[in-house]
Amino acid sequence: MSENAVVVEMRDISIEFPGVKALDDVDFTLRSGEIHSLLGENGAGKATLIKALTGVYSIDSGTIRVSGTERTFAGTADAQTAGIATVYQEINLCTNLTVGENVMLGHEVPGRFGINWRATHAKATTYLRQLGVDVDPRSQLASHSLAIQQLIAISRAMVVDCRVLVLDEPTSSLDRSEVEQLFAVMRRLRSRNVAILFVSHFLDQVYEISDQMTVLRNGKLVGEYQVGELSRSELISKMLGRELDELESIARNASRTIDRTGNPILKVTGLGRKGGIEPTDLDVYDGEIVGFAGLLGSGRTELVRVIYGADRSDHGAIEVRGKSVRLSTPRHSSDHKIAFSSEDRRAEGIIGDLTVAENIVLGIQAKRGWLRRVSKAQSDEVVAHYIESLDIRPASPHILMSNLSGGNQQKVLLARWLATTPQLLILDEPTRGIDIGAKAEIQREIAKLAAAGLGVIFISSELDEVLRLSQRVVVLRDRRKIAEFDNHENFDIDDIVALIAKEGAA
Amino acid sequence: MRNTNTMDATSTGAIKSGMRRKMKARLSWIPVLAALAILILMLIAGQVHFGSFVTPAMLSSLLVDNAYLVVLAAGMTFVILTGGIDLSVGSVMAFTGMLSAKLLSVGVPVALVIPLMLIAGALFGTMIGVLIHFFDVQPFIASLAGMFLARGLCFVVSLEAIQVKDPFVLGLESARLGYGDWYITPTGIIALIVIAIAAWVLAYTRFGRTVYAIGGNEQSARLMGLAVARSKILVYVVSGVCAGIAGLIFTSYTAAGYSLNGIGTELDTIAAVVIGGTLLTGGSGYMVGSLIGVFVYGVIKTAITYLGADASWERISIGILLLAFVVVQRFIVARANRN
Amino acid sequence: MTRFFRSRLVWPMGALVALVLLNTISRPSFLSISVKNGQLYGSIIDILRDSAPLMLVALGMTLVIATRGIDLSVGAVMAISGAVALQFISKSTSPNRVGTVLIAIGIGVFITLLLGLWNGFLVAVVGIQPIIATLVLMLGGRGIALLITGGFITTITSSPYAQMAQGHLLGLPLAFFFSVGAIAIVGLLVRRTALGVLTESVGINPSASRLAGVRSRGIIWSIYGISGLLAGLAGILYSSNIMAADSNNAGFLIELDAILAVVLGGTSLRGGKFTLSGTVIGVFIIQTLTSTITFLGVPPAVTPVFKALVVILVCLSQSSRVRQYLGRIRHLRAAKPPIRLSGLETEVLAERKSG
Repeated sequence: MSENAVVVEMRDISIEFPGVKALDDVDFTLRSGEIHSLLGENGAGKATLIKALTGVYSIDSGTIRVSGTERTFAGTADAQTAGIATVYQEINLCTNLTVGENVMLGHEVPGRFGINWRATHAKATTYLRQLGVDVDPRSQLASHSLAIQQLIAISRAMVVDCRVLVLDEPTSSLDRSEVEQLFAVMRRLRSRNVAILFVSHFLDQVYEISDQMTVLRNGKLVGEYQVGELSRSELISKMLGRELDELESIARNASRTIDRTGNPILKVTGLGRKGGIEPTDLDVYDGEIVGFAGLLGSGRTELVRVIYGADRSDHGAIEVRGKSVRLSTPRHSSDHKIAFSSEDRRAEGIIGDLTVAENIVLGIQAKRGWLRRVSKAQSDEVVAHYIESLDIRPASPHILMSNLSGGNQQKVLLARWLATTPQLLILDEPTRGIDIGAKAEIQREIAKLAAAGLGVIFISSELDEVLRLSQRVVVLRDRRKIAEFDNHENFDIDDIVALIAKEGAA
Repeated sequence: MRNTNTMDATSTGAIKSGMRRKMKARLSWIPVLAALAILILMLIAGQVHFGSFVTPAMLSSLLVDNAYLVVLAAGMTFVILTGGIDLSVGSVMAFTGMLSAKLLSVGVPVALVIPLMLIAGALFGTMIGVLIHFFDVQPFIASLAGMFLARGLCFVVSLEAIQVKDPFVLGLESARLGYGDWYITPTGIIALIVIAIAAWVLAYTRFGRTVYAIGGNEQSARLMGLAVARSKILVYVVSGVCAGIAGLIFTSYTAAGYSLNGIGTELDTIAAVVIGGTLLTGGSGYMVGSLIGVFVYGVIKTAITYLGADASWERISIGILLLAFVVVQRFIVARANRN
Repeated sequence: MTRFFRSRLVWPMGALVALVLLNTISRPSFLSISVKNGQLYGSIIDILRDSAPLMLVALGMTLVIATRGIDLSVGAVMAISGAVALQFISKSTSPNRVGTVLIAIGIGVFITLLLGLWNGFLVAVVGIQPIIATLVLMLGGRGIALLITGGFITTITSSPYAQMAQGHLLGLPLAFFFSVGAIAIVGLLVRRTALGVLTESVGINPSASRLAGVRSRGIIWSIYGISGLLAGLAGILYSSNIMAADSNNAGFLIELDAILAVVLGGTSLRGGKFTLSGTVIGVFIIQTLTSTITFLGVPPAVTPVFKALVVILVCLSQSSRVRQYLGRIRHLRAAKPPIRLSGLETEVLAERKSG
């Protein structure tokens, strides 16, 4: 495939945001008639690279050539003119309009009295048919499944006669047969020499459909490979990488034995949510850290959200200390001394315009209700305690949360939950996007808390972190728990990688 | 899993989606039909209760007496369809009315005055639109500023009411084309023309479709490469121009420009548009719905006069009706989200 | 205290001082206070007295805006409380008894509390946008007030009732003490309980607050209740001032003045952090502005033009585009690269989530 003509050539691309180097001298090449997967974990820079290519972000340095001509994109319109069309994960169409309009909007066929709808719809039908999509162009977009909407979005890209099609996580909400339908369309486009950039966190799909792979990690290029030359395990290790040096200092925690005789803190049976996580069982005992291993989209986040009541479950039961409970809202869970720290720190964790102290006390205050305010003395004491014990910097309780670095914000959130004295702490990616020093501190703190009897569910994309901290490891894939085992000294990352990579595990 | 028969899956999917589609298509018309049903029910109830309620004269006056509101509602529909709101229309209507009365009284020819009214309305709309789009001011606040400004400027023009004697302007209201007891005035015709043009623009022009797209999902509209900025400003300009036309109609209706005209009219307009089935969050609604909404409002007014009931019932019933429709909309949206 | 005055209140305070200075220069009598019959008179005193209804309404509005909401119904609610109280007194056989007046006020304010809770119900439980939910009562409320008074302007003679707006205490207008009392009570309520900080937390980040276990529904509900109650009190004061329940004019357009006062005080319309002291200053700015305009011989009816200009200026000063532009100029001078769009940082995080 790689002998095909180069359509997009990105060289030495760098993009910097305040405090983050999102892309660091990355090269990327896309050829006509190939399906090229872009791979990497969260924050690896995939989305930034795509946004640079589609004109959403302007690049700080580097060059973008499309069909040999150097281009600078000032906006999405420029990229579209250059023949680059994008279909995003959250499909960017208007659900309140008809299918035909969504395909043709901005390219309607004019008639004598304004838009000629008959001709417009007919033209839309032609484009849809080309992709094998047989829907009535006069039907409402909202009446079609996400899979069909995705294909409609691709049809729209065809109207502007694109040479490059960017598909950003198109399969994340499709079922198997819908994925097949999408792949059929992708193959058809490939045969028409369209260059397709494909992003998916489902490795099966990547191996099934793509010709080339480019792997990014932490904003840097790891390499470009042909699909045949890289095994799954190799790919996963390349995506995840290892940051062992500084963290080796934390002794592996696996050997600690957990008393699993009495009632577990949390017992989950058959808990699931349609489109999120298939029915799953899980126990967490006192003093135990249960690590979730799995790639993004494996159902790891979805499972804990359902447990905490952040999302509603549609079946299954939960017991807390042997008593059957309903945890349908975060409020209920917090009443049962369960705390949850979301992976999305900015949107679901911090209250940016409040101070560090107010953020820490918020958890206790929410439990107490508004009438009984946490007294100044008590608040000062709690805040001072956690600022010191978690080494939150700057050590000033009165600065705004939004002025803290990511690692310190994460510590404040940890403090918020610990201050409510939970019996079970659910941490979703608590160490993502923070520097290594803070990472080690947070890991050490979690280990200490568990040793003191707290139950912990710990989610991380970094497998060595999961292995180092947990006494038990749950492996998830394709929204299902595929394995659960007691962690022990001679178990290593490659074993988990092998589990995740195992093709078509049933 | 691999071997699922994809053909089967898609074809049953298609059948299911076909059924759902018909439901959905009806869904966006439900509020309009509901408004129509309420209008008819009110007319029947009136007829039963009063004996002679639904007469050609009454139906004619429904359009003629509310012509200004029809025009305002046409402009407001554009704004609300994008998910915005325009609180300035009542004041801008009063201001353009004042301006015309003043200009006419100092001898400016009517052929110049009318375009000036429309331009004044358009300027207000432009100001509001620019504030909203370029300076990220909430529509509510930006149009509030427009409302204050226009109301204050009314009094700058004159503190007193100014009588209008221009025969052309007066003729817009007094001239009656009739057939039996049916009649219509030029103002009524203007209102119908405005509604017709507005409906055409919404359905058959790229601007109109962009308005729906923005209301449906502004982010998507932008990524689709539509002229979002231009359209967002333009809807307020349209609303401003409509307020200018309404100013002309209202001046001719009252034969005077008066600074306190049209206080609270923006709320009547919003209520009429919402009752007519346009979703306040934008993206769904029809021009004909807004026309029906105005008629519902008009019938309530007439019925209350007939009943000899306190005029305050007018506002209360509009409030209740507005609430009922908003709650219905809320459930429709909630259901659409769940699907 | 220093924390309070460091950033947010500097601009509104400056504006108020500038207005006062402007007035003092153009009419030296502005600051002078005379004593007649042991009571104080003067322009400043007038401002303190006349601002009382707006003060009450604006305090409630501040809290509502902090939840990312808005309460358009306050004017109509004022009309209702006045109508209820005056109707009760006019039907009573002993309109001059303090007891009668207290009951009348009690009923009036209780009803407006219920109306506030009704708004809160529509917003927090039914999930209607605040503008529309409160628009319903704004539309219908004056009609209800008119029905209560039977379509007339109820007038009464009741000296205790008249005292509220017209009486004096310690030489100062009694209405001023209502302002001070309301400021103190609301201030204590939000800062001595956790209502303030929880309201801010809900207003700044609703989903994070939910995950932290905050009962946002209850909070929003109570805030609208408080706003209704304060508007009710304002209605009582207004009717006491004119000794009539004028359903059409009581609190007319006061919702707009209240919103303006809140924004002038430095509370963002996007919700979140609020400052009651800022709102207090905002109210005084508006009242002083009105007084200035009257003094300058501009017809009071033209006041909206000035208010419109103030709204536009304040909104522009809060606009990120303008700030960015100003920031860029400053940066260029310092020979630094231009700052990026403020939205980008959040997008990086969004990207981390999705990619």
